[in-house]
Amino acid sequence: MDFDLTEEQRLLQDSVARLLGDRYGFEQRKGYMKSADGWSREIWGQFAELGLLGLPFGEDEGGFGGGPVETLLVAEQIGRFITLEPWVSTVVIGGGFLRHGASQELRNELVPQVASGEMLLAFAQVERQSRYDLFDVATTAKRDGDGWVINGRKGYVVHGDSADRLIVTARVAGAQRDLKGIGVFLVDAKDPGVQRRGYRTVDGQRAAEVELSNVRALAVLGNPEDGLPLVDQVVDESIAALAGEAVGAMQAAHDMTIDYMKTRQQFGRPIGSFQALQHRAADMLVALEQARSMSYFAAISSEERNPTERRKSMAAVKVQIGRSARFVGQQSIQLHGGIAMTIEYACGHYFKRLTVNDAMFGDADHYVRYLSDTGGLVAAA
Amino acid sequence: MDLRFTDAEIAFRQEVRDFIAKELPAETRERMIAGKSPTKQQVVDWQRKLNARGWAAPEWPKEAGGPGWTLAQRYIFREELQQAPAPSPLGFNINMCGPVIIEFGTEEQKQRFLPRMLNLDDWWCQGFSEPGAGSDLAGLKTRAVREGDHYVVNGQKTWTTLAQHADWIFLLVRTDPAAKKQEGISFLVCDMKTPGITVRPIITIEGGHEVNEVFFDDVKIPAENLIGEENKGWDCAKFLLGNERFGQARVGASRERIRRLKVIAQESMDGGQPLMQDPEFRRKVTEIEVELKALEMTVMRVIATESKRRDKKPDPATSVLKIKGTEIQQMCSELLMKAAGPYAWADGDPDEEGETNDVDVAPDWAFGLAGVYFNWRKQSIYGGSNEIQRNIMAKAFLGL
Repeated sequence: MDFDLTEEQRLLQDSVARLLGDRYGFEQRKGYMKSADGWSREIWGQFAELGLLGLPFGEDEGGFGGGPVETLLVAEQIGRFITLEPWVSTVVIGGGFLRHGASQELRNELVPQVASGEMLLAFAQVERQSRYDLFDVATTAKRDGDGWVINGRKGYVVHGDSADRLIVTARVAGAQRDLKGIGVFLVDAKDPGVQRRGYRTVDGQRAAEVELSNVRALAVLGNPEDGLPLVDQVVDESIAALAGEAVGAMQAAHDMTIDYMKTRQQFGRPIGSFQALQHRAADMLVALEQARSMSYFAAISSEERNPTERRKSMAAVKVQIGRSARFVGQQSIQLHGGIAMTIEYACGHYFKRLTVNDAMFGDADHYVRYLSDTGGLVAAA
Repeated sequence: MDLRFTDAEIAFRQEVRDFIAKELPAETRERMIAGKSPTKQQVVDWQRKLNARGWAAPEWPKEAGGPGWTLAQRYIFREELQQAPAPSPLGFNINMCGPVIIEFGTEEQKQRFLPRMLNLDDWWCQGFSEPGAGSDLAGLKTRAVREGDHYVVNGQKTWTTLAQHADWIFLLVRTDPAAKKQEGISFLVCDMKTPGITVRPIITIEGGHEVNEVFFDDVKIPAENLIGEENKGWDCAKFLLGNERFGQARVGASRERIRRLKVIAQESMDGGQPLMQDPEFRRKVTEIEVELKALEMTVMRVIATESKRRDKKPDPATSVLKIKGTEIQQMCSELLMKAAGPYAWADGDPDEEGETNDVDVAPDWAFGLAGVYFNWRKQSIYGGSNEIQRNIMAKAFLGL
């Protein structure tokens, strides 16, 4: 058991922290948000230079050779600065599908483009009726010669407006909520059959509504008849990254709150001298540390080979992270008071991102239900 | 970063598990599964078995009679005891007074007390709290006046756990009333048979007798029973309280309680089906399981960082252990009681006169669970109340 970082991991962490510390101040972030893409292509280029875009790919294919710990470290920094770039969409989710589902030929083609920053990916999974069920898929894929033709609508496709390729879940067989018969397909986002309406989400990120009309898939990822296990695996890895991101954002919100408590004067003294507020801040620290512990558990569990165990562990991660994020987010606003209610102040933006982070791939309540229906973590005895 | 146990640690866990399976009397185990504290004799017998194996004091260094284990081994050992469940080594001896004597005692004191502590030849109890000194421990008033080769002690201690079993007491006394409050305190040890000591039971809300008042009337304590320097007893007290950090998480104990809870919730019927089929109830259990998993990881973090730390400063994560550990245990006791339904209400404890109910009025699995729930409210009060913990966190970790 060893929680120390290797020299390489520490360098990675430092380099990301330095880049974002220099280039991702709160005012700079506002500028990126207002740009055409809603994020910065220049920062994206810097990510590529640091190796962040090739992070999970093997060194033999032009990647950085990072594992779950490296992903966690980068994700934490992403959260600390609530960056807007499509790193999770392209590298963690998109990269996950390439690593676990793509043919060697497709990997050879796409991995270098992803790692260099030329290729942006987005995961088109959510549908109007699906809520958080990954298997609830109405979009269809029909065999056509040696390829597949896709029809349907996808919503909340994170970074779907700027993506070059979409990774689309579509039903090849069975009923809308069947576990079998789901395929994962790679689609050209600029295909004439793809209509995208980009929009801003409450956390300042970008997403798109996507309509697919007779779109020919570029490739199949994994087994087209039984793609759900692949989706689960990639989503579980993404949950681990989202956990790290949430911890980074919680840490920032907590730090900001403590700093403010030390400087804000009322009744002739700093508000941090009041015990009611001190105890709330202590409870926030408890929530944060429990979340941090769970983000480590997420990193370990994302490599678990037994998919049932892995899903249950990641469900537990979502529950703890979601609960902690809600508490730290809400209380960071409360302890600041009115100032954190203003859109000019950073704290509220962390709160908003934490709120969305909880809901991604299912919120804490969703996973409490899932985990309690699958026997929980402790066996009866 | 590697968050797994090593092969050697996994093998060690198996060794501990095998030992417990072979040596722990079924009666002791069953009593503990039912949620009751082991009897004095059960604790003594078990401590002696551990001592014979060299495992009586997991945290002690080899030269003091400990096994010289790493932090990870200590954690594994305690977790296995808690999960079995088996009695833990007696805390007053092994985790409170023993380490103070090892750190501050003379060679003679070590020879005199430590071997008897390990073998539980002497049962120790703790004389810290007083009626006027609870969370503000340094406000204690019990007075010790040096007269020739002994101290004369007058005053009252309270919440003295299991003083009725004790052969010895370690206590904080005021030796210099003129000094600032932390600076006039000394740490003494005293034979409970010394004339002038009176132990009076305090019956807690569930009806149990765990805690006592201990009165000192002109009790003569030999000067050689002073541990450390006179008026430096607060250093011993701080050292002792700091040692409690890992102990309060009790992850293994809570895991054992959750297992038990799931068994009871299968037996207990609700709406014509086992309670465990009720989604509402199951979700409450799940919420605790998740908190417990996070706490387990937090304990691992603390162990991993503490074992490498040179400055001896605690990791911020340590502050989580007492608060979360006790909250989780209290939630377990509450859910266990609730799971039992109406059968939770048959009183499993003696009344104020010591009269006990017939055990057969309720199913075995339900009897006494309410008593444990009521009794466990103490957990967030003792060992530095959870509010004191938050004060410490605000000051030490947040700089407020």
